[in-house]
Amino acid sequence: MSTPSLDIVVAGVGGQGTVLASKLLAQAALIESLSVRTAETIGMAQRGGSVLGHVRIRADLPAASPLVPLNAADLLIGFEPAETVRALPYLREGGTVVTAHKPVEPVSATLGDAAYDGTAEVAYLRSCEGAGRIGRLVLVDGDALCEKLGSTKVLNVVLIGAALKAQNRESARETYEQAIESLVKPRFRALNKQALAEGMSA
Amino acid sequence: MSVELCMGNQAIALAALKAGVNVVSGYPGTPSSEVLETVSARNPGAVHVEWSTNEKVALEVGAGAAFAGARALVTMKQVGLNVASDALLSLPYLGVVGGLVLLVADDPGPISSQTEQDTRQFAAFAKVPLLDPSTPEEAFAMVEDAFELSERFGTPVIVRPTTRICHSSVPLETAFTYEAHAVSGFERGSRWVVFPRRAYEGHLEILERLPRVAGAFNTSAYNAIHGGRESADSSAHSNSGGGEGDARRDDTGGAAHIGIAAGGISYAYLMDALSSIPDAADVRVFKVGTPFPFPEARALEFLEGLDEVLIFEECEPFIERELLLVAGRHHLPILVRGKLTGDVNPAGESSVSLVREQVLAWLGQRGLPAAAAATATAAGATAATSTTAATTAAAPAPIPAAAGESRSQEPQPQLPARPPVLCAGCPHRASYYAVKKALRGRTAVYSADIGCYTLGNALPLDMVDTCVCMGAGFTVPQGMAWAEPEVLHLGFVGDSTFFASGLTGVANAVYNQTDVTLCVLDNSITAMTGSQPHPGTGLRMSSDATERDAANALKIPAVLKALGVEHVTEVNPFDFDTSVAAVRAAVDFKGVSALVFKAPCITVSKPAPQPEVDQSTCTRCKACIKAIGCPALVVREGEVRIDTTLCYGCGLCVRVCPFDAITASVPSTASATPATSTVPGASTPSATSTTSSPSDGTPSKASL
Ligand code: SF4
Ligand code: SF4
Repeated sequence: MSTPSLDIVVAGVGGQGTVLASKLLAQAALIESLSVRTAETIGMAQRGGSVLGHVRIRADLPAASPLVPLNAADLLIGFEPAETVRALPYLREGGTVVTAHKPVEPVSATLGDAAYDGTAEVAYLRSCEGAGRIGRLVLVDGDALCEKLGSTKVLNVVLIGAALKAQNRESARETYEQAIESLVKPRFRALNKQALAEGMSA
Repeated sequence: MSVELCMGNQAIALAALKAGVNVVSGYPGTPSSEVLETVSARNPGAVHVEWSTNEKVALEVGAGAAFAGARALVTMKQVGLNVASDALLSLPYLGVVGGLVLLVADDPGPISSQTEQDTRQFAAFAKVPLLDPSTPEEAFAMVEDAFELSERFGTPVIVRPTTRICHSSVPLETAFTYEAHAVSGFERGSRWVVFPRRAYEGHLEILERLPRVAGAFNTSAYNAIHGGRESADSSAHSNSGGGEGDARRDDTGGAAHIGIAAGGISYAYLMDALSSIPDAADVRVFKVGTPFPFPEARALEFLEGLDEVLIFEECEPFIERELLLVAGRHHLPILVRGKLTGDVNPAGESSVSLVREQVLAWLGQRGLPAAAAATATAAGATAATSTTAATTAAAPAPIPAAAGESRSQEPQPQLPARPPVLCAGCPHRASYYAVKKALRGRTAVYSADIGCYTLGNALPLDMVDTCVCMGAGFTVPQGMAWAEPEVLHLGFVGDSTFFASGLTGVANAVYNQTDVTLCVLDNSITAMTGSQPHPGTGLRMSSDATERDAANALKIPAVLKALGVEHVTEVNPFDFDTSVAAVRAAVDFKGVSALVFKAPCITVSKPAPQPEVDQSTCTRCKACIKAIGCPALVVREGEVRIDTTLCYGCGLCVRVCPFDAITASVPSTASATPATSTVPGASTPSATSTTSSPSDGTPSKASL
């Protein structure tokens, strides 16, 4: 049922839960008996720096290496507008971008005079869609959805839900619920499944 | 069948368990830390697992076990091997009985390290065989084989994954039953005492051993020769016989007489890159999985009939130099290209895009028609520099233009830089700020060390003037103090670093009566590497009795006093006024003084109620942001606000606002922010506390 080959890049800020996002994507692929390879940013950048996750899914033979090459990602899941734009070189021409539009202000930007509020980045992403560089752009009000869910920690799963919808893969919902079962602590499972549903209906 | 998604480090740990490992020791360090944590999490009970105080201790513990016939795994990152090098250099002279495998993770980039050093060179220096995996699956296989190899040849063996292998996940068959390796017991003998005479004999043994290891490597499946479109797997099992046919038959087509050698993850990048280059099938590929001792016979087989080879490897040009040696020794008229010739990036990570670009440039120089065609289709890949550059640079690589359409795209906005920072609520921020406040107007040099607190160098704190390596935070200021006595000299090390490499520096300062102030930033955890325990926490990896273990914690102030430091003060950095006064008293003390700033890392403490910014009082001066740079203090719609998703309620900003516009909320309005981890006995840091007694953070045992 799935695309035989899918390269996904997950971009965000250390602490936003990008690692779990790539793990869920990989676990779902595993459940679907696909080959998968991921690479995560673990280390210093996790303290509020730019982080990238790579997920490479194949129908049969796995990709040889874990990093998505530039211009190769079919899907870019962004947790924050500047990080989405920063990771855009990974997206293939006409690929899909699913991104939260609420900015996370770096301390250096708050300190300086060049304010960063994400609006220029969102406008840029829209123009990329207009120009065909991005095939499909889905802006997610992650903040509002998280507020509705009562937790700021589920932005990752909300975005995965939105990405499934953007790829017309709603049917994969059960697979992802299963992935949540195997990767999320029992007391947070219900919340995460709800987040998945919210993301899919956003 | 039980297929699990495994990170490379988990795969390595499982392989060690599958090999019946008896003792596992190590010191945390990105990207190696998850190996030991996984062994601990999956420990069937029979394995002794410990975080040792540093890498040298870890290696000696492992060596002792191996002398007694046990199988031991010792884990560390590449710079940790510098610390362990004293033991490493001696061990091959003595040899081992049980398998001794060192897992040393290199960090090309570097992504989380202070050097891009190459453990392959260290292996050659120490005369220790080394295996270099190209995938997590191969790392799994290599670790199991490494134990066999170690026992067969009586030598320690290094397995050297790099970050992208350690932190990449793949599905892996993980069903096996742990069967402890049978420990033969220590047999006394003269071989274990390294007198000069014994060292001479040992040296001869090493020189006799290495060619035998190389002989085994020459027929190892980890070193494969194949065509550009095959993979090592398809040729791996044929290499003891006549499976090299493909490599020798390729003298048709444009790419005949050229070859590419690659090791580690560069081999994986190469295979992905070649799959998109037309006619790459004609290029002969040599995968080097055992770079030391170099499999010379295998290399000769690869080089036969070639006139030019290109080498892909991260860190140092190790394979490149070895191939130059082989070519020279055998008078082969072959041009060896790579880092030394400028054909491959000499520093930083590699990537599929980069390898592809470099292969195409090389083929293009050779005037191959295939390359010209491929270059056109690879415009995008060649436009960007490398994945590392795209990941870390403030200005990302340009977005490749789609023909014609790109004109309607707006210019890309200037993106904000996003370096890592201390977390909101980090106690180090309060400690550094207290020192800064206390010494305002005085000239001081601040030397720090390796850990989260290195991030104190960022604006606005700007409190780290030097950072060299583990322990240097206490010793560099001593040298400075003798060179520049009129200036104040303060050193900062973390609690884990204090035990790992700080103690000798303290002893040195006391012995030499140096006028310095040594500060321990004690957050009750090894934070940067992912919350590992250390001697100051008392928690152990092979025990669940956390409460009793915590009672055994080594007390840092007591250690400092025992080492002869007269002036020792422990403060809670969130008890701000007391901290400022303590800093002034310490620097004014003539001789060695010590300050212990004790408050737990937010990863092992609960959040406190968040303060609020009273917008009618706030003048938008941003003094709070300019003073402490807490990431939870943000400017939105012109107002200074507290981001409730980030704030940990440490209360530091309350102390900083000159207009008292930030007020602590009453404790009853409990914060809605969920705790990331709750720890028994961890008290919450509070700015309103008037006692100077430190909070007693007791970290939970690190787990996956
Ligand atoms: S992980 Fe802990 S020590 Fe490191 S920056 Fe965050 S709060 Fe500070
Ligand atoms: S209380 Fe103030 S300084 Fe502390 S985490 Fe919250 S915003 Fe940052």
